[in-house]
Amino acid sequence: MTSLPAPPEKRLGLVIDLDTCVGCHACAVNCKEWNTGAGASPLSDVDAYGADASGAWLNRIHTFEVTPRDAPAQIVHFPKSCLHCDDAPCVTVCPTGASHKRGEDGIVLVTEDLCIGCGLCAWACPYGAREMDPVENVMKKCTLCVDRIYSDALPEEDRIPACVRTCPSSARHFGDFNDPESNVSRLVAERGGIDLMPEMGTRPVNKYLPPRPKTTERPSSAAARQAEMPKAEGGFLGWLDAALEKLG
Amino acid sequence: MKQISRAESGADGKAEIRKTTCYMCACRCGINVHMKGEKVHYIEGNRDHPINKGVLCAKGSAGIMQHYSPARLKKPLLRTGKRGEGKFREIEWDEALGLATDWLGKVRSTDPRKLAFFTGRDQSQSMTGWWAQNFGTPNYAAHGGFCSVNMAAAGIYTMGGAFWEFGAPDWERTELFMIFGVAEDHDSNPIKMGLGRLKERGVKVIGVNPVRTGYNAIADEWLGITPGTDGLLILSLVHELLRAGKIDLDYLIRYTNAPWLVIDDPDAADHGLFARNEEGVAMVANRETGMVSASSLPGVKPALKGQFTLADGRKATPVFELLAKTYLDKQYAPDAVAGRSGIEAATIRRIAAEIAEAAFEREVVIEQPWTDMKGERHERMVGRPVAFHAMRGISAHSNGFQTCRALHLLQILVGSIDCPGGFRFKPPYPRPVAGQPRPHGGACADTALSGPHLGYPRGPEDLLLEADGQTAERIDKAFSWDAPLSAHGLMHMVISNAHARDPYGIDVLFLYMANMAWNSSMNTTSVMDMLTDTDENGDYVIPKIIYSDAYSSEMVAFADLILPDTTYLERHDCISLLDRPISEPEALCDSIRWPVVEPDRDVRGFQSVLLDLGARLKLPGMVDEAGEAIYKDYADYMINHQRKPGIGPLSGWRGEKGDKTGRGEPNPEQLQRYIENGGFSMVHVPEEARFFKHANRAWSDWAIAHGLQDGPVENIFQLYLEPLRKFQLAAEGKVKPVPPEHHRDRIRRCFEPLPCWYPPFCEDSLEESEYPLHAITQRPAAMYHSWGSQNAWLRQIHGENALYVPGEVCDHAKLDDGDWALVTSPSGRIRVKVRRMDAVNGSTLWTWNAIGKRAGAWALDKNAPEATRGFLLNHLIDELLPAKGDGRRWANSDPITGQAAWFDLRVSIRRDPDQSAGLSLPETPAQEGPAASGPDTVRFGLEKAL
Amino acid sequence: MHPAVSVIFFTVASGAGFGLIFLLGSGFPVGGGAGRAFFVSLIGGGLAVAGLVSSTFHLGHPERAWRALSQWRSSWLSREGIAAIATLIVFGFYALIWMVTGERSTLLGALSAAGAAVSVFTTSMIYAQLKTVPQWQSRLTPVVYLGFALASGWLIAASFGNSDSSEIWGIMLVVLAWAAKWAWWARAARTRLGDAGSTPETATGLGFIGKVRLLERPHTGENYLTREMVHRIGRKHARILRLVALVLGCLVPVAILTLVGMTGAPAFLNLLAAASMIAGLLAERWLFFSEAEHAVSLYYGHR
Repeated sequence: MTSLPAPPEKRLGLVIDLDTCVGCHACAVNCKEWNTGAGASPLSDVDAYGADASGAWLNRIHTFEVTPRDAPAQIVHFPKSCLHCDDAPCVTVCPTGASHKRGEDGIVLVTEDLCIGCGLCAWACPYGAREMDPVENVMKKCTLCVDRIYSDALPEEDRIPACVRTCPSSARHFGDFNDPESNVSRLVAERGGIDLMPEMGTRPVNKYLPPRPKTTERPSSAAARQAEMPKAEGGFLGWLDAALEKLG
Repeated sequence: MKQISRAESGADGKAEIRKTTCYMCACRCGINVHMKGEKVHYIEGNRDHPINKGVLCAKGSAGIMQHYSPARLKKPLLRTGKRGEGKFREIEWDEALGLATDWLGKVRSTDPRKLAFFTGRDQSQSMTGWWAQNFGTPNYAAHGGFCSVNMAAAGIYTMGGAFWEFGAPDWERTELFMIFGVAEDHDSNPIKMGLGRLKERGVKVIGVNPVRTGYNAIADEWLGITPGTDGLLILSLVHELLRAGKIDLDYLIRYTNAPWLVIDDPDAADHGLFARNEEGVAMVANRETGMVSASSLPGVKPALKGQFTLADGRKATPVFELLAKTYLDKQYAPDAVAGRSGIEAATIRRIAAEIAEAAFEREVVIEQPWTDMKGERHERMVGRPVAFHAMRGISAHSNGFQTCRALHLLQILVGSIDCPGGFRFKPPYPRPVAGQPRPHGGACADTALSGPHLGYPRGPEDLLLEADGQTAERIDKAFSWDAPLSAHGLMHMVISNAHARDPYGIDVLFLYMANMAWNSSMNTTSVMDMLTDTDENGDYVIPKIIYSDAYSSEMVAFADLILPDTTYLERHDCISLLDRPISEPEALCDSIRWPVVEPDRDVRGFQSVLLDLGARLKLPGMVDEAGEAIYKDYADYMINHQRKPGIGPLSGWRGEKGDKTGRGEPNPEQLQRYIENGGFSMVHVPEEARFFKHANRAWSDWAIAHGLQDGPVENIFQLYLEPLRKFQLAAEGKVKPVPPEHHRDRIRRCFEPLPCWYPPFCEDSLEESEYPLHAITQRPAAMYHSWGSQNAWLRQIHGENALYVPGEVCDHAKLDDGDWALVTSPSGRIRVKVRRMDAVNGSTLWTWNAIGKRAGAWALDKNAPEATRGFLLNHLIDELLPAKGDGRRWANSDPITGQAAWFDLRVSIRRDPDQSAGLSLPETPAQEGPAASGPDTVRFGLEKAL
Repeated sequence: MHPAVSVIFFTVASGAGFGLIFLLGSGFPVGGGAGRAFFVSLIGGGLAVAGLVSSTFHLGHPERAWRALSQWRSSWLSREGIAAIATLIVFGFYALIWMVTGERSTLLGALSAAGAAVSVFTTSMIYAQLKTVPQWQSRLTPVVYLGFALASGWLIAASFGNSDSSEIWGIMLVVLAWAAKWAWWARAARTRLGDAGSTPETATGLGFIGKVRLLERPHTGENYLTREMVHRIGRKHARILRLVALVLGCLVPVAILTLVGMTGAPAFLNLLAAASMIAGLLAERWLFFSEAEHAVSLYYGHR
């Protein structure tokens, strides 16, 4: 069913901390590695060793340069995968029912056997979260590692998406946004989690934590001068005598 | 012994998990390899592992693509075409090993120096070095000389350890963290994990790097420093801290040579050396009485300033006074260094204040009594919570050794070495020079060397020179006047020296895992020429080249005989305490690799091959009295080899019952125990021994009990480094041997016993206006050196590289995003694609390291973007600097350690008038394999139904 | 957006086909006997079917295309499939009865006409529903699709029909359709992503820091998203194509219709006008896709 379900009981998703992400691509590659062996078909690559290699990935890391008006330009590494939107336009456009949002936890999935590969869901998604597999010719997307998070075969601590488990700097967090006490809800509340392209009306579940303010200063600022240390009393040698005295 | 084990079933509950050690970069994380039958299915981080605690980077997660790479070599190869063409025929192992034995045997029985054996990204240096020592050639080293020897040597000489495998920031307690020029793969995951932890704790991170990507992108403050000026910035911070009296005097008195007396007798042969008593113990003056006594005496309250009279009537001054005078000088004032370093003076002052505030106002106290080496008991551990980390960005300069020393000086002045919240040593470190070997040379036919090749000279007397006191003994001229403290050898000089037959020609060049014909050489084009150059008889100037690699790299094409290695999942390895350990500050750790899958090709692990060759050559230690091989293979060696009685490559589960750590008899079950434990051994350091290891009795006792040291080792931090002064004295002509005339001025200038800063050497000879820009590389987080390009996944992320150019430079040179530009240095010119960037030091161009490939290498299509649009900066860098007035060409290296000064590169840039070609330059003709090109489509995971 | 040939052909051909079906169902006078009825119905149905078949070339799994009929409650693409097939079936009966009896069933004709209109409307809504392409998300989009379908259908019908001196109607339809398109173009020019409120700043949420600019793509090569959604077309190229579209799609047909209407030249000359208009519409449709800015492009360096 490609109509959207009633508001789900749980709203599972990710919080991505842009203040902590170093842009190492660990999440993207581990995602590729896990999901190429986990879904109904592999995440294929074409011209893999050739002049124009490409493949299906469910998570990609962009790098943006952001230039404030009065401070040096800064770099933000920006991982992007499916945001599992509450109002997922990719779901309602699907003509076959392959693309759906689960009633129980809000995860947006594609049933590969139903997918005709029309690509309309990818057009409907503002975030570029869906990719047509170049060999399998069906739409691939982040499953929030649905085969991990409910897996009895995995130890409890590993029942999280592969990207979250592998992220070296802990820039990715997984949890239930409907639970105000969950780690993700608390992070979003504390750090002012943001929606990507709210104007699209998709109401994404995944939230991004913005970079914290950087230390910047203008050379002449009073704050900078205040931060300076006073010269040691009595000149350096005087200070030394006094300090040694104190050591006894 | 506390060891952890975990259930061994795969993620789907059926597949088996085999736990081993990653080798996708030098970080050495623990990995869980999920199997489907005998096929590798999924690789994830091992949660129990001390290095990565479950996380895994992009490279590690792409290990499957490396393991199944089409570029894997399949069988031993013998060259049939010309060198560099890449044409070979497959031969059997017997023929290959017979040939190698024949070549090497002749060298050993005539002149062992004619073998140069160098290993690149080798993680078995204690074994390869031992082999070379028993072969008897003095010409052995690994790749440290062009990597980060400045960092390692400066740390060992100053305090008994540097960063990365030597020690780590106290992520849990530090209150301020400052990171300088760190390559992504140098402690890759631990640093990312640490930064994540600091972010969680809300601790400020200051990044010092010309480029604001990666770690610097998330730093709370970024200092976009001009390359080569880190030393100035650091010494200016020192200036500020001294000026404000924000230093830890108690710490300096207890743990450093700050109070030691330096002889002040300008004409004497020991001017500037420490005043010592007959036992060689350095002297201090009592600050109350002025009496001079041995520094080792407990209870002395030493003076830090003043002039004192020694027993022989000569004058002497404490190190601290010399230090204070030096750094309080206005040349290090923030205003004086601001222009050159690109950092505002006010910023330097503020950061000094922040360091002082964190160190002295936010003291960290652990209620843990401990006893120091002098027997004094301390009720608690008090820490100065400021931590630093640095790597190649500050070390790969011709002033790198002194810059690294300067950073340690800063750490020590605020008392933040091995204290809570500061920098912490990882076992077996600290290991000061006193606990380190000296270098060993000498070469006699059919004779082993008397000791290990690499070590730490204490003065000119430890250099490896011929009888004339000038000519280098080693082919790379390590431990010569060119680079006296070259503790890691000088791999980057081997080919050019062998080609120039300076100091002598060689017969066999034997390389392992070192892509010298491409990204691991400065001046790639001329190195390829040297490898193919012939003499008057038409023979190659470097007559025989044996190379071991697992993959069809650029270097493979230049070898005569190829010994194909396995992938990292098919081999035994030990990440040994004798080598580059993986310990954490609170735990002694080492690990293994073991064949989680058997090779499906006729390849053998290099270390096993080396042992086989050793047995065929009848090398000492490798054959028994009957001449039979002692070790069946590397696994056998890992278990049974003993470097000293009870000390072997692996520290865990020693002893007949497997209940000993560090010291103990070989245990035949040892590898099995490692495998059961997830591939590693981890034993925790007792609570009392966890800090102040340089002076902690409990640590010393524990280290001795665990075989990390033979007895107590004095470790006084060397703010003033006497060995450097000894070289200055030699250069001043006051002691023998005296360096050759042309070296003297440089040694006098650069071998300052207190850390100093001088401009990178290349600036001596070039016109600032001609080459106004710096050019450096950064390591991409998702690609390790050259070998990531054969990886179907990683090469999608970095299939080509562009040159990032500061916006102002673009505007000035009328360069648009995507334009082709010509970049010129004194030694070469390249054509590259430009990307505009503003978050970078305004005079620095940069690109990702080692993305460019030679066409035909790594089983890639000849039109692969790596070859057509990718490029290396290496083509712009020469191992020698342009000739100076006297016609002499100096090494493009640090004069102290010989570290390759990659990051000194100066260039100019202009728009290429011809924008149509769409190709980077220089274009190297394609090599023919030897590996065939890969499949078009990759559908990994298809066989999951298995 | 990537201008896929199969989709361009589909929308133009099925548009013309359904336009023709609409006219036939509405009773557009067609002279001659069963043969003519068969022929003209075949053209209408054939164009529509050819378009639909062509659209399946765009699918990754055409063998599963039948599944697309299941989600009519939410999906415009599904509705379009159902509407098109239902219309073709009804129209088939209409044509059959017409051929056999010579009678044109008013009921089936009305149903066919309504079905054809709905089919074209649903096609247009596939694009008009997408918030991700603000230039498409407009009421004008269905107007343009319907207008072009009707005009191009009329030209074909007029070539086979025997409507005398009705060219003025054709001219009106063509001109009105292009007037709608002109209005669509004018709106599209002021409804770029930025005008709709989507920028790299909103895409990344980083606008509160400053101006956002892509430094590095996730991968150095192209990927599905960049090929499909981040298509770039040169301005000069676009201007030329727009001229081609207007000349072939509007001026030439109007000129021919005028000629036919004023000189009484044979009606089948209108076929030339139809062919020209379809060629012009192919250019128009190519631009419809290639000029469209998709929100994803904001993550790939587009401003």
